[in-house]
Amino acid sequence: MNKGLVAVLAALVVGAVAFMLTSEKPSEEKKEATAPVADEGEQITIAVPSFLTGGAAGPFGIPAMNGAKMVVDAINKGKLPAPYNTKGFGGATASLIELDEGGGATKQVAEYRNLVEKRNVDAVVGYISSGNCQALAPIAEELKQFTIFATCGTPRIFEEAPRQYVFRTMSHATADNTAAAMYVKENFPGMKGYTGIQQNYAWGQDSWRDFDLTLKQIMPNSKASDNVQFPKIFAGQYGSEISAMSLDSADLVHSSFWGGDLEAFIFQGAARGLFAKKTGVLTVGGTAAYRLGKKLPNGIVLGARGPYGILVRDRDSVLNQWFINTYKNLYGTYPSGPAYQYGQAILAAKIAYDKAGSDPSSEQLAGALRGITFESFSTKVEMSLGGGHQAVTENGYGITKYDEVNGENIVTDVKFYPASCIMPPDGVGSVEWIKGGMKGAKC
Amino acid sequence: MFNDKTSKFLLVAGLLLILGGAFAPNWIVNQFMFGFSRALAILGLMVLWRTGLVSFGHAFYFGLGAYAVAILDIKLGVTDVFLRLIAGALVAGTAGFLVGFIMRNYRNIFFAMLNTAISMVLFGIVVKTEALGSTDGFAISMSTILGVSPETKYPLFVIITLVGMVAAILVNYYLKTTFGKLTTAIRDNEIRVEYLGFSVAHAIHLKYSISAILAGGAGALMAMSLGQVDPESMINWTVSGELVFITILSGPGNVIAPFIGSLVFEVLRTYAFELAPQAWQLIMGATFLTIIFFIPGGIWSVLEKIGGKKNDK
Amino acid sequence: MDTFLTILLDGLQFSSYLFIVSAGLTIIFGVMKILNVAHGSFYAWGAYTAAFFIGKFSDMGMPDALGFLIIIAAAVVVGVVLGFIIEQGILKYMYQRDEVLIVLATFGLFLVLEDIILIAFGTDPYFAYQPMALLAAVEIGGITRDVYGLTLIGVATLVAIGCWWLLNKTKWGTILKAVIFDREMGISMGINVPLVYTLTFIGGAILGGLGGAYIAPTISVAPGLGTEVIVLSFAVVVVGGMGSIAGAAIGSLIIGLLRAVAVHELPQVELFVVFAVMAVVLVFRPEGLFAPAKPRKI
Repeated sequence: MNKGLVAVLAALVVGAVAFMLTSEKPSEEKKEATAPVADEGEQITIAVPSFLTGGAAGPFGIPAMNGAKMVVDAINKGKLPAPYNTKGFGGATASLIELDEGGGATKQVAEYRNLVEKRNVDAVVGYISSGNCQALAPIAEELKQFTIFATCGTPRIFEEAPRQYVFRTMSHATADNTAAAMYVKENFPGMKGYTGIQQNYAWGQDSWRDFDLTLKQIMPNSKASDNVQFPKIFAGQYGSEISAMSLDSADLVHSSFWGGDLEAFIFQGAARGLFAKKTGVLTVGGTAAYRLGKKLPNGIVLGARGPYGILVRDRDSVLNQWFINTYKNLYGTYPSGPAYQYGQAILAAKIAYDKAGSDPSSEQLAGALRGITFESFSTKVEMSLGGGHQAVTENGYGITKYDEVNGENIVTDVKFYPASCIMPPDGVGSVEWIKGGMKGAKC
Repeated sequence: MFNDKTSKFLLVAGLLLILGGAFAPNWIVNQFMFGFSRALAILGLMVLWRTGLVSFGHAFYFGLGAYAVAILDIKLGVTDVFLRLIAGALVAGTAGFLVGFIMRNYRNIFFAMLNTAISMVLFGIVVKTEALGSTDGFAISMSTILGVSPETKYPLFVIITLVGMVAAILVNYYLKTTFGKLTTAIRDNEIRVEYLGFSVAHAIHLKYSISAILAGGAGALMAMSLGQVDPESMINWTVSGELVFITILSGPGNVIAPFIGSLVFEVLRTYAFELAPQAWQLIMGATFLTIIFFIPGGIWSVLEKIGGKKNDK
Repeated sequence: MDTFLTILLDGLQFSSYLFIVSAGLTIIFGVMKILNVAHGSFYAWGAYTAAFFIGKFSDMGMPDALGFLIIIAAAVVVGVVLGFIIEQGILKYMYQRDEVLIVLATFGLFLVLEDIILIAFGTDPYFAYQPMALLAAVEIGGITRDVYGLTLIGVATLVAIGCWWLLNKTKWGTILKAVIFDREMGISMGINVPLVYTLTFIGGAILGGLGGAYIAPTISVAPGLGTEVIVLSFAVVVVGGMGSIAGAAIGSLIIGLLRAVAVHELPQVELFVVFAVMAVVLVFRPEGLFAPAKPRKI
């Protein structure tokens, strides 16, 4: 090896490092130019990760991002209804970085490190996949970065370890599934057996576990199928699985599918008469109600992971009506669950910023959000689990029906269960709480 | 062992990087950690490639190394960086040695495909087994160094750089031994090598085992740098493709090449992803095609050309 | 009995789907010795093109039966356009290079084509359920099946018969077999080998596109759908023997039926069995269960 080569190598390394350092300018970031209120007051940057590619983008990721953008914009302009009508996040104008959540947990971990250490964002608000949240919670703690999970559902995040910087502003999978089980008990008391199809990751596994355990408690005479399907997430084709479930003697099919997988499953299942013969329980089915129209079978027990989307369309609080009308004006459809959930997480960020004072640290932001109760767009949110980091809200279900007159799906027999009825008290793990007979539940 | 130019360069460059790393911002240190971790696997693939063998399934060993760290962490609470690294390399190396008995009889497409098949078997098992984390994988706790838990990632960066340096010097040394030199000879004419009295099967078996150990070590280091393992980014066939991609990008010319190539890949990917999140695969694919078509010797050959002279053997 | 029948039909349906896709892969390998990773992209492009136009035409109020025509048209257009561009633009220059290097080049192509899909069709999933809705459902073995899925078995059979007829009963087949057997000999006999290569590649690409186009109405057509298909069809082709149509059929049947059994009886091993079979076959019969008898040259 001669000197020339060494020199070239050295120059390359120096050049690369210099390039990386100088190219850090925010100008080339894909920022949403929000309110044109520039150079007035402080600026903060909020990174909002969501599925922008892949099967989950259309039904889930894009509405979520839309919800976040709409609420950030309204906050920057001070246009939210009272009591949130102050301008900005603690007075600061936020710019929003859109990020794709696809590609698997490991890629997201690398991206998250880049976000925090290279792009220096002030807050991270978002994430839909439980797999991503589970992977990122310890990283956020390691980097001491104020982070709000918007939608992801696995209870493990706050039950595995206490968190300092990580929050989740909606209730977790346990609420979805205990509520679903109770709804089934009330509306289908004759149900003999149940089976299910879930994606093979934390979300699917936890959902099934909680649903199954709750039914064992409250409907001990019903029988769980021993052949529950766990296809790979984003598999897309469920022909054999639908056959297997059709043959099963169970009269109820539970699924925690979401996004593109859910829509594919509904199509394939409907074509095969699955939902005509068995009662379908779709805990994340809410997004399909607006998108699929008449293709969504009638008679499905539909959830939206809480009081969001189609379940709360007729709640006429000022905040809710503002949310629905603004969203409809901007994007031409009713807001579905993910839009609400991301909007709610952004709102929580505003509340934390407003409370934490000017130029807050991650510690101050976390301190401001910890344990509070706030009125969100469609419901009351109590940050009461996981040491004040995990929210609880009510949760509800309804039954789908196609409204021929207006040409859209509606839900009938909607029933909401209060948070204290479907979530464990703080410090008790979901699984042990359900197994222990759901002690302390106030329904 | 240290008296050739490549080894000297590695020593100097490694020490300079370690010094520089102390002052670099975290995210640059991260890029180097990811790059150098992966470079270890590329080093192994390079040894195979010089023999004319391309494995489209080395994510098997990469994943074994990474998951060895994860399982040790979760089941036994092992956090020591050296124990983790050794475990990763050992598990993958053992698997590689055993699989090597079969693999040494395969060439060309069949070699590539059998490796793919084996890696996909592991993928199928991990994805479907809840005890192995299924699609989610595991989060990995911070590594400790001889009982001390470091405040920053810098000590891990130092260790990765040192490991990379040592591995490169050892491989460089190996390539100069008689057995190591059999690489190109085997690629050109196996029968002639046999006539010379060497066993091609043994030579390939050794190379395969070396590549497995290195890939396992790479997986272990990667798991520790990232703090996360999952099957999609550690075992799936696309990961194997990525490893081969970086091997071609680096070029087979020198043991330094994998480190430069991996770093270039890491930076390329970070920026492609940041600037064109929906077209980063396109950028990678196009780069790959360009390399295959116009720069078959990889980045190294370009450096050589700019450097003016052929490097030492 | 119901279970048996259901598994059999599920398996046949999945096998048919695998066969259509991997027949193209194996033809290309047999004639050109190219293991084409970008085959998964043909599949994805076929699915997208079909889904896009089925949706468009349905919105315009055209009869849904048109969907079947669109499926065929989509496969042909995708195969001809993509196949021609890739073969003429890139692969043509690689025939002298190492087999493995060509695999890598097609991997690069695959990455590029994946993202072009994103750019061309966006990220929102497409639904083209109309052809499936058009054909009603039937009761077989105690459960409801959609007739569309069953027609897949017919399509696969047609493809198999078509390939067999082409190879064994036409002049084209004779030429192909001559090229497969010995390329140089083919040239010296006056066969236009470059043309044969181009047409073969286009033919294989059409089959890849057909696999995607035909499955499109039953799935949500979303980015990334080509990734899994590639390794599945690799497994099929390896199990049956690379380069053999009959092998692809046998491979598809074995893998399709095994997977159906797994889903019904032991869902955890569903992914694992496919590749375990592939590995076992490679270890004990690397040339595949049904490899064409070929003289080894050199």
